[in-house]
Amino acid sequence: MKKAIIQLQSLSCPSCLQKIESAVKRLSGVNKDSLNVLFNASKVKVDFNSEVITIEDIEKAIEDLGYPVIKSKVKPS
Amino acid sequence: MQRWILSQKNSITVISAILIVLGFLGRFGFESMITFNSSLIVASLIGVAPIAIQAYQAVKVKVVSIDVLVTIAVIGALLIKNFEESAIVTFLFLFGSYLEQRTLNKTRSAIKELTELAPENAWKKMGDGNFEEVDIDDIDEGDILLVKTGAKIPVDGTVITGEGHINEASITGESIPVSKTKDKDVYAGTILENGTIQIRADRVGEDTTFGRIIELVEEAQDSKSEAERFIDRFSKYYTPAVLALGFVVWIFSRNIELAITILVLGCPGALVIGVPVSNVAGIGNGARSGVLLKGSEVIHDFSKVDTIVFDKTGTLTIGNPEVAEKEFYGDNIRETLGYLASVERESDHPLAKAVLQNIGDTTSYTVEKTEVIKGAGIIALINGHRIAVGNVALMKKEQVALPAKAKMDIQLFERNGNSLVLTAIDGELKVLMGIRDTIRPGVKENLQKLRNLGVKNLVVLSGDNQGTVDLVAKELGLTEAHGHMLPEEKAAYIKEKQEEDQTVAFVGDGVNDSPSLALADIGIAMGSGTDVAIETSDVVLMNSDFSRLPHALGLTKATANNMVQNIFIAVGVVLLLLASLLFSEWMNMSIGMLVHELSILVVILNGMRLLKYRLKKV
Repeated sequence: MKKAIIQLQSLSCPSCLQKIESAVKRLSGVNKDSLNVLFNASKVKVDFNSEVITIEDIEKAIEDLGYPVIKSKVKPS
Repeated sequence: MQRWILSQKNSITVISAILIVLGFLGRFGFESMITFNSSLIVASLIGVAPIAIQAYQAVKVKVVSIDVLVTIAVIGALLIKNFEESAIVTFLFLFGSYLEQRTLNKTRSAIKELTELAPENAWKKMGDGNFEEVDIDDIDEGDILLVKTGAKIPVDGTVITGEGHINEASITGESIPVSKTKDKDVYAGTILENGTIQIRADRVGEDTTFGRIIELVEEAQDSKSEAERFIDRFSKYYTPAVLALGFVVWIFSRNIELAITILVLGCPGALVIGVPVSNVAGIGNGARSGVLLKGSEVIHDFSKVDTIVFDKTGTLTIGNPEVAEKEFYGDNIRETLGYLASVERESDHPLAKAVLQNIGDTTSYTVEKTEVIKGAGIIALINGHRIAVGNVALMKKEQVALPAKAKMDIQLFERNGNSLVLTAIDGELKVLMGIRDTIRPGVKENLQKLRNLGVKNLVVLSGDNQGTVDLVAKELGLTEAHGHMLPEEKAAYIKEKQEEDQTVAFVGDGVNDSPSLALADIGIAMGSGTDVAIETSDVVLMNSDFSRLPHALGLTKATANNMVQNIFIAVGVVLLLLASLLFSEWMNMSIGMLVHELSILVVILNGMRLLKYRLKKV
């Protein structure tokens, strides 16, 4: 399991959270319980299995919704 | 293509505004319905594009968002050829979200300023002995780093060579630079104001004190209270419900106009955004003024506090005992002080430290023999003299005769709350010192402010003797004072009060009081950025600054109020809109959208007031 911290461009609508949440939850290989989308910090924190899914896949899922990723960090958890 | 359209949102907003103005000019200036209709149609179409894209993406992940409601409403309006409304609604929605973004960034600015203090690069000593600038993520514990004048310290570490003055305001809140030399600790995020130093990295990244503070504040601004979680759950079902309602109305009344108006009026914006906005602004204000609040639950609890319990040493007092009063008996003071200092140097008792500090530089003598009498003092041999240093009990034991003046002095010193250190040479009393911990300056005024803010009980609990504690309580006007308390007895006291249905806050230094900090409804640590304090408490007062406590309480009260106001505004607006739809003639989609966007701006602006909050003079 690895821990990803993804910094997004600042979020301004709370329904963005819902969208990002359900989009990331649909990906296989992410730990659904660990998912935390921070509205004010505009960050996504999630644990994922690096053998099943890459950080780029997660970033793409979020960017496809129209929320540009500024930078992301992966740490062993 | 989709992304390009989304990135052009702002220009689209401007173009659609121009087209709308043009259309109305055409209609009322030149009476040309063709200009009117065509500009408004174009305005609607380009305006709805980014909204529709967002709606499509939402539906794809099975979320009914506001975008979905607005898109359907606009398409409906186009179908019934009401171009005026479709154009104005899309414009208002786009312009509204632009303003929301701008104002939201303002409310978040305080916390953003804090996170931007985090260092990004460092000069690292490479294998060849030269320093190279690298990204902060490439630094490991044990690396040797170079810090130049004006730069940020990149890690928590220890100075190896060089010296300089460091501004530690980002950690302690204290902006007077501190001198750092070899073996001194330095902290990430602080600024080297002059000098050049080399440091060894002890802790890096998120493990540094500064990294933890940032993480804590970031988590706090997004932590949710019970009420917020309820609103979140509610809004998840609310938007689909509005969509269903619109559909039902259309089926039965066959009135598209009415159905789409319901969709627009039902947008939940202000309700969902109101509470997080108050939260982030309140926590931001705190972070800027040296008060770390761990989330909205803490804000809620602290705003309702009845009883504040204080630890004495280090909280109400400075925590650094000093010689406050002294008397000499007999001559040869210099020699006596020399003996005293030489004996005290053998001891690691806190009182001994205070005595040494008071005497300062003096002649040193070789101590031939020492004997520590537990709970009484110390007896030593110097140059064949028998030196006894300790309390009154030791003097009695040593059969030292106390002159009448000394007896009176002892009584007076004790009454003033001193611990006594007596020095006798060869059975004759020479020096009497009264040592006490001084009360922090301004504590009394700050306690009064707390009382004015509605705190009912102010209690001090301490391990010190009852006499000293009573004295502090009397001087500060506290409601209750208990001495001889062990840490677990303090915790038991807090539990007792909680069982009486009081909301209890505990203020301590976070080191030896962790049970009480954890047990109290609100644990408040007076920390100079110590890790333990940050971990175990709900509120951290940076730089151990007592005057921040009333500000913290006032701020949480203001923030809690602000949240209630925002919920009230949001719910009120929705009710008002629905009522006017049912009972009035003038309500339509455009007005609905206008009021809706205005209400969002009002809650954000209301939240923003918290950034400027300051405790009124009381």
